[in-house]
Amino acid sequence: MSASAARLGLVGCPTCRLVSRVPPAEAMVCARCLAPLHLRKPGSIRRCWALLLAAVALYVPANTLPIMYTSSLFGSQDDTIMSGVLFLWGSGSWYLALVVFFASILVPLAKILGLALLLVSVQLRSSWRPAERARLYRLVESIGRWSMLDIFVVALLVTVVQLTALAAVRAGPAALAFGAVVVLTMAAAQSFDPRLIWDPLEEAHA
Amino acid sequence: MPERIPEALAAPKSGRSLPLVWIVPAVALAIGAWLSVSAWLERGTQITIHFRTAEGLQAGKTRIKYKDVDVGRITEIALANDLTGVIATAELVKGADKLAVEDTRFWVVRPRISGSTVSGLQTLLSGTHVAVDVGKSTQRRRLFIGLEQPPAFTTDVPGRQLTLRAEDIGSLDIGSPVYYRRLQVGQVAAYELDNDGRAVKVTIFINSPYDRFVSANSRFWHASGIDMALDAEGVRVKTESLVSLAIGGIAFATPLDDAEPGPIAADMVFSLHRDQAHAFKNPDRLADSYVVIFDQSVRGLQPGAPVDFRGIVVGEVAAIHTQYDPGSKKIAIPVEIRIYPERFTSRLRGGAKSGRLGRDGKFVAGLVERGLRAQLRTGSLLTGQLYVALDFFPDAPHARLDLAQSPPELPTRPSALEDLHATLVSLANKLERVPLDQMATNFSRSMQSLDSLVKRLDTELAPEARSTLAEMRKTLAETTRTMGDASRTFASAEKSLAPDSALFAELADAAREFGRTAQTLRTLADYLERNPQALLRGKAEDAR
Repeated sequence: MSASAARLGLVGCPTCRLVSRVPPAEAMVCARCLAPLHLRKPGSIRRCWALLLAAVALYVPANTLPIMYTSSLFGSQDDTIMSGVLFLWGSGSWYLALVVFFASILVPLAKILGLALLLVSVQLRSSWRPAERARLYRLVESIGRWSMLDIFVVALLVTVVQLTALAAVRAGPAALAFGAVVVLTMAAAQSFDPRLIWDPLEEAHA
Repeated sequence: MPERIPEALAAPKSGRSLPLVWIVPAVALAIGAWLSVSAWLERGTQITIHFRTAEGLQAGKTRIKYKDVDVGRITEIALANDLTGVIATAELVKGADKLAVEDTRFWVVRPRISGSTVSGLQTLLSGTHVAVDVGKSTQRRRLFIGLEQPPAFTTDVPGRQLTLRAEDIGSLDIGSPVYYRRLQVGQVAAYELDNDGRAVKVTIFINSPYDRFVSANSRFWHASGIDMALDAEGVRVKTESLVSLAIGGIAFATPLDDAEPGPIAADMVFSLHRDQAHAFKNPDRLADSYVVIFDQSVRGLQPGAPVDFRGIVVGEVAAIHTQYDPGSKKIAIPVEIRIYPERFTSRLRGGAKSGRLGRDGKFVAGLVERGLRAQLRTGSLLTGQLYVALDFFPDAPHARLDLAQSPPELPTRPSALEDLHATLVSLANKLERVPLDQMATNFSRSMQSLDSLVKRLDTELAPEARSTLAEMRKTLAETTRTMGDASRTFASAEKSLAPDSALFAELADAAREFGRTAQTLRTLADYLERNPQALLRGKAEDAR
């Protein structure tokens, strides 16, 4: 039966990758490069929760406030993410609507829910389906950057469409919130220590 | 192998007790809350506007604009409960709620093309919007009735609103121009029928600074259409402008002799005249009624027809009645006329009050004594329009003005045409008295004797005349024969006198001989003149 490094009293240096034995002290540094060493990411769950809650807090204005102001000869308009999706759907570009809906609404929501699930399960020291949860974690970490699609669109339009009199596009407050949501969820995923998924299993075996 | 793994170094514990990481969600919450709160704060006042139709309005899209600045938008459109219109719920932006006061007006800006103006064309591209005219009241209000037409003037335009009273609206419409010296200075803002339905109340708005040219004495008239006048100076055509020709208009002016333009009372109502001449006519404040009774047909006389004194219109026909007089069993036609005594007043002679036909009627009674009579006259032979003429007929039969009657009756005199008619009738009567039968009998008798005379001539004279004629014909034949002989004689004479005849040649020779003889004689005569002695001595030898 496999055992984790921590259980064997070993710790790896995240910087120079030197494996050391855990000394009988509360804090330790790498014997070779003097980088701080931890058996598990310190405060991983707490930090992850904090970032996740921040993301949730900003997810609401990101979806309710306008992300983009468009003013043209034909009148001005402000769009939320959802109204953009509905517009695309209504104008027949249902595939684009799906892409935007998936990347801008579903993915951040899925990330938030996934991370919340991981955190809760780890805190409950659950041994439920660790392999699937590990796969979920990898998924959450890898799809993070794709949520920036909307921000890219807005940033492009704002810089390209500036025909003062004819048409102008400005970013709305939701763009800021939405960007923050994406960054915060990525940071939360980074701060999560996936080793925590396996710890309860090891204890159960022991 | 674990023995060969080095041991990590122990490190002093970091003294961080407060986990900084919780600042992140705190900040995020704060930002989120701030965004939400600010969005909520920016949510302005909700107002409700009733429109007749939602044409061009879109919930969530249609803007409310004041001076072309977005001040809100329509958030919801619903049918009114009684289905007579639509109720648009609008949200005014933060700070624009002071627009929503008691007398604020809302209307939908659509492309509009009326006679004088084209407006709202930009909405063709940008879609309709709702425009606001902010009222002056301070009383807040949440429920409004949207206007169907854009108001002719907005509250913030300085100027003055006036009320005119017109007999009819003519071709005026909201927005029709108001002219002062042919300059457009305002427009018609509204019109409505008077409460009693007898006149139209037209509300006009005169823009500042032209509103100071309006005084209590200003005259207003319809400037629609063309005013054509034919007079001694020729044909004159007058119109304010082509626009007013098409859509009507109002012009006004203030009389020049209006030295002290009085202030206009707030509830003053001006009257709108039908043309300029009418507007500038002195208003008739006094009117005296009289009745004139005509014995003739009044066909062509209408209420409103002029009453004229030697060419000056001094009144008008008020009414035409018929009256059966049971005493004389006759039907008379009393015509009620109204005379404006002020038109007799003369401004030339300082006392503008003098010359007025006295109110007590004694003055008129005096005039009647001196022969003042009313007479029906034809104004135009073409149309047969009649008018009542007042004039003096000193030879008219005596009449008196009965001042006890109300209205008093002015004596009349048959009209000139009627006089002519009477003359013709009397002429016909005289003709009738002529003994035409007798004259005809005499005439036929004369004709008979003439006839017998002709017959006698025929029988007695004709045969003799015939024999005379036959003899004459014979004589003529003989004469013709004689003439033939004569012509033959002439022909032979002609032949012997022809230039190539022997007689002519001999005559020519003789003439030549005679000429030569004459020459010789002339030579002899010359010689004898120069040498008279030759008669005695004979011809001398030439001295060589």
